[in-house]
Amino acid sequence: MLQKRIIPCLLLHKGGLYKTEKFKKPTYIGDPINAIKIFNEKEVDELMFLDIDASVENKEPNYKMIEDIASECFMPLCYGGGVKNIEQMKKIYSLGVEKISLSSQATINPNLIKEAANIFGNQSVIVTIDIKKDFWGNKKVFINNGKKNTKLNPIDFIKQVEALGAGEIVINNIDNDGVMKGYDLELLKEIKENTKIPIIALGGAGNLNHIKEVFESSKVDAVACGSMFVYQGPLKGVLISYPPYQKIQELLGNK
Amino acid sequence: MIAILDYGIGNLKSIYNMFKKVGVESIITSDIEIIKKADKYLLPGVGSFDYGINSLKNTPFFETLEEEVLENKKPILGICLGMQLLTNSSEEGKEKGLGWIDAETVKFDLEDKSLSIPHMGWNKTNPTNTNDIFKNLEDNRFYFVHSYHVVCNDEKNILASSYYGQAFTCSIYKDNIYGVQFHPEKSHKFGMQLLKNFGEM
Repeated sequence: MLQKRIIPCLLLHKGGLYKTEKFKKPTYIGDPINAIKIFNEKEVDELMFLDIDASVENKEPNYKMIEDIASECFMPLCYGGGVKNIEQMKKIYSLGVEKISLSSQATINPNLIKEAANIFGNQSVIVTIDIKKDFWGNKKVFINNGKKNTKLNPIDFIKQVEALGAGEIVINNIDNDGVMKGYDLELLKEIKENTKIPIIALGGAGNLNHIKEVFESSKVDAVACGSMFVYQGPLKGVLISYPPYQKIQELLGNK
Repeated sequence: MIAILDYGIGNLKSIYNMFKKVGVESIITSDIEIIKKADKYLLPGVGSFDYGINSLKNTPFFETLEEEVLENKKPILGICLGMQLLTNSSEEGKEKGLGWIDAETVKFDLEDKSLSIPHMGWNKTNPTNTNDIFKNLEDNRFYFVHSYHVVCNDEKNILASSYYGQAFTCSIYKDNIYGVQFHPEKSHKFGMQLLKNFGEM
């Protein structure tokens, strides 16, 4: 049977690997290439890299770094950050990346999703949607690293993105980012009931039970985790980790 | 030397990176002379069937490749769409396939409608035939991304099967011609072993 995926999600900031909390307080974790080598040895299901500076600073993706990362990645790799057009996407795929995540650009120019899906195939186009509660407590889609409220309703936007041909959607909960208290089960459940394409939950995992819980209650297809795989212990010492395959199988009830 | 065939389609760099990692010499090329001299071929592929087959047939090296594979019997391995192109036809398009293996490519039609299409992620495969390409891979898992799968007209061409709502063929072969539906270049040590096996065949 197809196995549910557990995906480490790493943030690139100022050329290094960082971890944030509610999209703030970036903390240095280490060198990206070194981290990939470790995740490679641990046989992770997939890796996701998001450059959190590129869109905010209106920069080109760092192709050299993407190439270095891809050449060490012997598992599926998703890159996101600062991607605005087909030419950039062509270049990134040619470096050995399978999936590109569109985020800010998906709200500014939704047609890029359609255009990209037609050229590169749906499975290569991921949309990452950052969701946060606004002043009134309503969940809205945010862009530019959580700085700008688009006022879009998450469910409406997800339906639009799916219709345009996105292959997968990453639901990133800003309020839960780096908090390690579990996923937003209610929202994910609602999203899963309203979509057919794979949904990846991001934001909130602190331990393996959170992962088990979100798979069981919301039926998401995959989870992505940041803090959990780069921190260890209550004092959050930096230590890159990933559960062994057998342990994941037991957790998911496959053994 | 393995020639990774560059016909403008597929993630060639990942395949090259993994061959390099396992110490198998390869080159990404569309050069006729290099293709003529190569010992083996890797046919990658991502995207739609018609676009893929037209792109391949329109390359200047296509006739050379046909001659080397069909007459000189040099081994070739098709990956994902590259494997589907080896078949007679696909429900995804109107164009004829290469027809090098007697099989058809059909869309997943699963009874369980809760299963997403494409079949995307890690799955186990069961080699049903003893063959060197699955050497040391009895216990495995590979990364898949596809909405169409291959059905062989002759069972003897089936090399391995997998399960997604139904059993389906995920690897085929005939003499020197091989295909895998999954992506060995993205499947850690399992993919490394498979590409190494192909390199050492």
